Amino acid sequence: MKRRRWLPLTLFGAMFWCVGGLLAFLMRSEEYRHVFLPGATTHGHYQIEMRCDECHTPMMGVKNDACNRCHEQELAAANDTHPLKKFRDPRNADLLENIDALQCATCHREHRPHLTHPMGVTQPPDYCNHCHTSIAEERPSHIGLPFSSCATAGCHNYHDNTALYEDFILKHADQPMVLQRPVRRSLEARAQPPSRSTADARDLPSGVTADQQLIYDWEQSAHARADVGCVDCHQLGKLKAGWVAKPSLESCSRCHDSEAEGFLDSRHGMRMAAGLGPMTPALARLPMRDTAADLTMDCNACHGAHRYDTKAAAAAACRNCHDDEHTRNYDASIHASLWRAEAIGAGEPGTGVSCAACHLPREVHRVEGQDEVRVQHNQNANLRPNEKMLRSVCMDCHGYGFALDALADPALIRTNFRGRPARHLDSIQMVIDRAEAHRKTPDPTPDKP
Amino acid sequence: MKPFTKILAGILLASGAALALLSGCSKAKATGIAPKQMADALHAVLESDRTVYTKMVVNRLQNEEKVIKASEHWKDDKALPLPAQMFRMGAEMVQAKNAGFTYSLLSMWPVNKQNVPKTDAEKAGLEFVAQNEGTENYYAEEVLGGKKYFTAVYADTAVAAACVKCHNEHKDTPRTDFKLGDVMGGVVIRIPVE
Repeated sequence: MKRRRWLPLTLFGAMFWCVGGLLAFLMRSEEYRHVFLPGATTHGHYQIEMRCDECHTPMMGVKNDACNRCHEQELAAANDTHPLKKFRDPRNADLLENIDALQCATCHREHRPHLTHPMGVTQPPDYCNHCHTSIAEERPSHIGLPFSSCATAGCHNYHDNTALYEDFILKHADQPMVLQRPVRRSLEARAQPPSRSTADARDLPSGVTADQQLIYDWEQSAHARADVGCVDCHQLGKLKAGWVAKPSLESCSRCHDSEAEGFLDSRHGMRMAAGLGPMTPALARLPMRDTAADLTMDCNACHGAHRYDTKAAAAAACRNCHDDEHTRNYDASIHASLWRAEAIGAGEPGTGVSCAACHLPREVHRVEGQDEVRVQHNQNANLRPNEKMLRSVCMDCHGYGFALDALADPALIRTNFRGRPARHLDSIQMVIDRAEAHRKTPDPTPDKP
Repeated sequence: MKPFTKILAGILLASGAALALLSGCSKAKATGIAPKQMADALHAVLESDRTVYTKMVVNRLQNEEKVIKASEHWKDDKALPLPAQMFRMGAEMVQAKNAGFTYSLLSMWPVNKQNVPKTDAEKAGLEFVAQNEGTENYYAEEVLGGKKYFTAVYADTAVAAACVKCHNEHKDTPRTDFKLGDVMGGVVIRIPVE
């Protein structure tokens, strides 16, 4: 009788350990961990969804710094107009009761595909209404405009308004459709060749041989012109023991540190940065070519080992994998015809528009008082035309008004900008009208100091 | 007295002593620097730094020496940040640090409408310092978001010609007749209190 009383408890204990063990096994297994996903992740995060601990605490809360670790730098660069710190002022306590702007996850909830809008926003599109209810009183031009239209192309963004503030719009309002200046900035050699003890760039450690075709490819490269030789990439340790047949990102980053950093932040490198295997087109949600399904995303996937042809990396390499409508329409676009013209010498240097010209643009960085041109390898910074690309990309070649209208036309984006914008936005005229009205008001301080 | 009773009495005595000590500590904490004194000290630093920046940097380099401009869009225009922007950037940096107090620059005639007084203490404080032409400060306690704050409001006066010129000419200003020495707004400092 006594033994029977213990039986349910023993069975319960056994079940507890079995279920616990199974859950622990599933949690640790990369193959089966997805059973814990409470819903599909967003386009920005699905690549690393199997690394729960990137965002979550052990008890599945959201880490305080989860968002900032990856996004803080780009928000600072965009001069974020709604930084979290702004809402820490107690005077905003009443606004926080409407919407908790202290948490990124208030607007960007993960695992909620049915609620997710572009840019991973999970709030209804009229979210500006929570704080800017009196905007129509301050700006009569806004009377009748629905709050759901605030954050559409050409008006406002929540974070990045660097191309949407009034004085900027006014300054660029009368630009022509196409600007009269070259497109791409000249990319002068930035990386410093490593110091090498061997005298000849072709030197190999004893016992290592190289294919003549590889040597020929290397001779065509910028590496050869800069005297960067075999050992500079392949030799990580001393002599033959340190010879690496297929150098990884670690080798490249010894000279191309900012490019490597951008790559690890990008859609191509974020899995690698999270300690997962490299990204492959087979893992992508966007349409990709079957022929490239198993290509591993590293430096050589786009640049090609030894030849390191930046022109091939700028357009052909993208189309080697990407197979969406925008990419498929590239060949028939004016951008592509300019790129081809430059390639055969019919166009001025820098006037061709490759995929990289827009999505991995050459950016000017001010370093110790000098301008330094770098290729932004984090294409995530230039993937969303309306929210991120107007100023950093489109305005390199196009006038503000044309670019604004073009980005407001989703069909035009899909056709890779074949044709003219279907609509004209009112926002520039609204700014001009307000400036004109102000200009006509009498000068309040005639005795200017 | 039985040994058990002795032990019990000893524990009670020790607990009492510990409680007395802890209560002494909390009194010591309560007798620390008063919120008003703290707010006044913070304001002295904030006002001095801002005046130095306004007079010695912006007004001197922009209006007198004419070597560099100050601009609302200082990054794009490669110019100096405006004094109010410098002040707000500091305030946001302090907020990011959760430093135990916050401060803001508000006005009944703000260029940015987000900086209009919102709470009762802000409204009363800004009116008070404007009416008194900055001769007296305003102090109050208020509850915001379920927390109690000691709130101090100090007059913000036009210390340089650059202040008056910029505010009178800005297209978003609701007031265009500011003069040097006028109270243009107020600095609000908040310290959480128990």
